[in-house]
Amino acid sequence: MSAPAQSRRAQLKEAKLSATAERLEGVALPAGGAWITAAREDALARLRQMGLPGRRDEYWKYTRPDTLTQAEAPKAGVFDPEETPVFDGIDRVKIVFVDGVFSADESDPLELAGVEVERLAEAGAADIHWGKELYGVLEARGQNPVERPLATLNTALASDGVLIRVTGRAEKPVSLIYRHGSDSSDAVLHHVIKLEPGADLTLLENGPAAARFNKVLEVDVADGAGFHHVRAQGRDHERRAATHIFARLGKESTFKSFTLTVNGVLTRNECVVEFTGDEAVAHVAGACLGDGAFHHDDTVFVTHDAEACESRQVFKKVLRNGATGVFQGKILVQPGAQKTDGYQKSQSLLLDEDSQFLAKPELEIYADDVACSHGSTSGAIDEEALFYLRSRGVPTNDATDLLTLAFLAEAVDEIEDPRLAEEIVGRLEGWLKRHRRG
Amino acid sequence: MLEIKGLKVKLEDEDKQILKGVDLTVEPGKVHAIMGPNGSGKSTLSYVLSGRDGYEVTAGSATLDGEDLLEMEPEERAAIGLFLAFQYPVEIPGVGNMTFLRTAVNAQRKARGQEEMSATDFLKVIREKAKTLKIDADMLKRPVNVGFSGGEKKRNEILQMAMLEPKMCILDETDSGLDVDAMKLVAEGVNALRSADRGFLVITHYQRLLDHIKPDVVHIMADGRIVKTGGPELALEVENNGYADILAEVAA
Repeated sequence: MSAPAQSRRAQLKEAKLSATAERLEGVALPAGGAWITAAREDALARLRQMGLPGRRDEYWKYTRPDTLTQAEAPKAGVFDPEETPVFDGIDRVKIVFVDGVFSADESDPLELAGVEVERLAEAGAADIHWGKELYGVLEARGQNPVERPLATLNTALASDGVLIRVTGRAEKPVSLIYRHGSDSSDAVLHHVIKLEPGADLTLLENGPAAARFNKVLEVDVADGAGFHHVRAQGRDHERRAATHIFARLGKESTFKSFTLTVNGVLTRNECVVEFTGDEAVAHVAGACLGDGAFHHDDTVFVTHDAEACESRQVFKKVLRNGATGVFQGKILVQPGAQKTDGYQKSQSLLLDEDSQFLAKPELEIYADDVACSHGSTSGAIDEEALFYLRSRGVPTNDATDLLTLAFLAEAVDEIEDPRLAEEIVGRLEGWLKRHRRG
Repeated sequence: MLEIKGLKVKLEDEDKQILKGVDLTVEPGKVHAIMGPNGSGKSTLSYVLSGRDGYEVTAGSATLDGEDLLEMEPEERAAIGLFLAFQYPVEIPGVGNMTFLRTAVNAQRKARGQEEMSATDFLKVIREKAKTLKIDADMLKRPVNVGFSGGEKKRNEILQMAMLEPKMCILDETDSGLDVDAMKLVAEGVNALRSADRGFLVITHYQRLLDHIKPDVVHIMADGRIVKTGGPELALEVENNGYADILAEVAA
């Protein structure tokens, strides 16, 4: 006789919690002051309640979490990309982490008008700090209605990262650079960014970080402030990453985030956006290129809890040789969030029959005066367009690259600064050239 | 220049013969027109010559200045100077018209062992040529053919032809979907390219395009064969009496 569904679910949950307890046994929280220790202990307690993600979790249906949750990071060889690092031509303030540890020697002086930058370790040691209002707070808000335990694990264990408070319009980007030095490194970084009303910051991130990387970025965008984020994840083939962005948007604020991912055996990028003030704008976009052992998961959750906000998700994936792309995107429109404009697009270009794209677009709407749409497609290179280009003398390889870039263009177009967009396009072109057939 | 001998073509996926032995020679400096009823094989001929997939050549040959076209990839045919103006130009979202043209020009130059054209030189040339075809800066910036009107698409084809300077131009129903003014503009663009060392093959269903692009030779194609060849007067005969008379005469 089979057990009733209820009790089976309870059994599974129990097994999950005991596995989590086992995994957390002997795990020591980093040292710090009272406020951060409280935040870490709270996160650990929450994690013990929810449990680490397991294979049977609906939210992890398309991506296996085991290598992200297990105690030891699977090894990943350090890769020499043999190219000029991305954003090299951009004037910026560089903050370098090697295997998840801040490197003062390689970083620029943390000085920028209208911007205060502190290391998590320093801020955490202080008795009173603005970070208390945000560290682990936005992460905890983002646990409802869907749990994101890896982010909670991060809040508990992260010992490094930066806290950035922006009071004015930053004249140049802050650039977080993640170097990978050891093939068994396990990096956990937690950044908090607070944009005061009317402030503006561009944040750049690049690099593989470590063999395994767990990163949380909490961003509080106050009324009228603007946050621009462009990220290029490192090309190391064997690296793994689970990243979360938690953004809270005030009235008439702007949040724009773009991520480029090429290579990496496993990447899960979650982005959780919450509109709390009216007439704010959030655009989340991503472009990825995968060849062979590549599993890339974009999981996005946008909650409209204010009026007349605009959200836009544009995700494009180019896959071949058995690469897998996942997209889970949701727009939740709460009661009263009238005049919401929600848009979601996820598309894959499958360059062969071995690759796959798994998409789960969702809309959940509790307001009646809204415009929401979503579209998800999977397709091959357009043969008509390919022939047209070839008939004009463009060789097949060049024509395929041109059409692939054209497919990705819609996501890249979400980057506002043309110089940054150019940097990203350069990376895409380089990758396509290196991965040509024949 | 273009020499087609006994060309027989069937569809790759079906046992259907489309061209049943086409013989045609276009000399440098000449404009040949092919007319014929729907389904006679006119467009198939243009596709086979430019190298589109889906057709199987079962007999015959096609050469351009002695080079075997049928053995070449489409891009190789383009590089030796063959150009097809499409009946239905393809829209390519995400690829700017200018980028497309520059890529094409430089790909051909590279294939011919010539130096690539610099961005400034290219810009100068394209602006000049675009102007005569009344193509504005906006059309050059927009994605290839996306949101273009029928007339704009055809003018864009002629602009490509002007930039690529092929030696053998095939125009497939370039007049379809054009009003009189647009047709005049397109015809002027084509006429400006006429020269002693360039050949044209103009495929059309109607005589009206040939009022503007005066042919030297007119062929009538029916059921996969060229059934009659004559001078410009043959086009007028079609205009006045339709294809029925000619086809009846050939059959008799």
